[in-house]
Amino acid sequence: MLAKRIIPCLDVRDGKVVKGVQFKNHRVMGDILDLAARYKDEGADELVFYDITASSDQRTVDRSWIAKVGKILDIPFCVAGGIRTLDDARIILNEGADKISINSPALENPDLITQMAETFGTQCVVVGIDSHHDEHGYQVYQYTGDERKTIKTTRSTIDWAKEVAKRGAGEIVLNCMNQDGVRQGYDINQLSALRAAVQIPIIASGGAGSMDHFADVFKAAHVDGALAATVFHNGSIPIPDLKRYLAKQNIPVRV
Amino acid sequence: MTNPTVTIVDSGGANLSSVRNAFERLDITTILSDDGEVIRKASHVLLPGVGAAKDAMTRLYKKDLVECIKGLTQPTMGICLGMQLLFQWSQEGDVDLLNILDGKVNHFPPLPDLIVPHMGWNSITIEGQHPVLKDINQQDYFYFVHSYAVDQGTATIASSHHGINFTAIAAQDNFIGCQFHPEKSSASGAKILQNFITL
Repeated sequence: MLAKRIIPCLDVRDGKVVKGVQFKNHRVMGDILDLAARYKDEGADELVFYDITASSDQRTVDRSWIAKVGKILDIPFCVAGGIRTLDDARIILNEGADKISINSPALENPDLITQMAETFGTQCVVVGIDSHHDEHGYQVYQYTGDERKTIKTTRSTIDWAKEVAKRGAGEIVLNCMNQDGVRQGYDINQLSALRAAVQIPIIASGGAGSMDHFADVFKAAHVDGALAATVFHNGSIPIPDLKRYLAKQNIPVRV
Repeated sequence: MTNPTVTIVDSGGANLSSVRNAFERLDITTILSDDGEVIRKASHVLLPGVGAAKDAMTRLYKKDLVECIKGLTQPTMGICLGMQLLFQWSQEGDVDLLNILDGKVNHFPPLPDLIVPHMGWNSITIEGQHPVLKDINQQDYFYFVHSYAVDQGTATIASSHHGINFTAIAAQDNFIGCQFHPEKSSASGAKILQNFITL
């Protein structure tokens, strides 16, 4: 049976792993290779490395760490942030990443999703969606890596997700901004709405604070994976404990 | 005795660093080659594959490697699309494949609630005996990423399930195919690669 994936997200800035609250006030959490090795050994199913500066700074990032990560990781990993062209994606995949994730550049140019899916295959192409809930519903935000540059787009989250799937994305990571970093649980309603809208894998992101939050999102929103950062980085939820907890509740996990 | 060397068929288009890294972690040297002579003389051959079946076959024809691969007698392993290429035909691009193993490659059926691509860690059911399965247990997990799959058939030695039962590992004579990515399947995947290299 296909296991639900537990995915630590390592937000990378200037070669270090950082984490902020609601996309702000980033604190250094540790070295990329140290954390990658630790999560692999603890039984993480996949890792996401997210360069949070890249999209909003409009600059090319130093990606020398990707090949080093590829040498030590025997689990899949995805690189996100600042990937704007087919060449950007090709370089990252050739360095050993299994997937590339695009977010703001896909909003600038949706055809990029199509081109990447056709060139590298659907399985390589992840689209990240930063979604904020307000009185108008779920809306897509852009350039969330930098609070000063963050803008609200005119797109509804569900419509954008449907377009993304139609264009050949192999997976969606939904970052629920209201929940990010506040550890009050995943946005079950929003993720359930997304689950009903698309039939490609969905990764929940934003809000994990305790082990029951993971059980809730798998049981209620039927997502394929759950991504978290702080609770893994600070050790408050050890991955082996989390997996034992989920297995006890008959949620299929790789133990 | 020196360690064996794995020759990876480099037909272009596939990302090969993951596979190379996995063998390096086992202290196995890899060679990339698109030269039929080099591939024929290799002790072990690996046929990787990412992308679409039709493109992959086109590249193999362009490099004049189709007959070379079909004629190999040393241990030869196909991974993911490389495994699918060993079969007869793929629905992906309606293309004839290498026709080494009996079976066809079809898209996962459009079942309600079936999430495609089949992406993530799935358990396998061992269906046969083969040295490549040494120390592999029933329900061990492996990492899969694919939208097309091969039905269970005569070459199936392990299966998995995602909406349907499908071939996870196929083996016949010197040819082995893994639908999953052993290079990304943690300790279980490393065992498969180690078993392959000791064939």
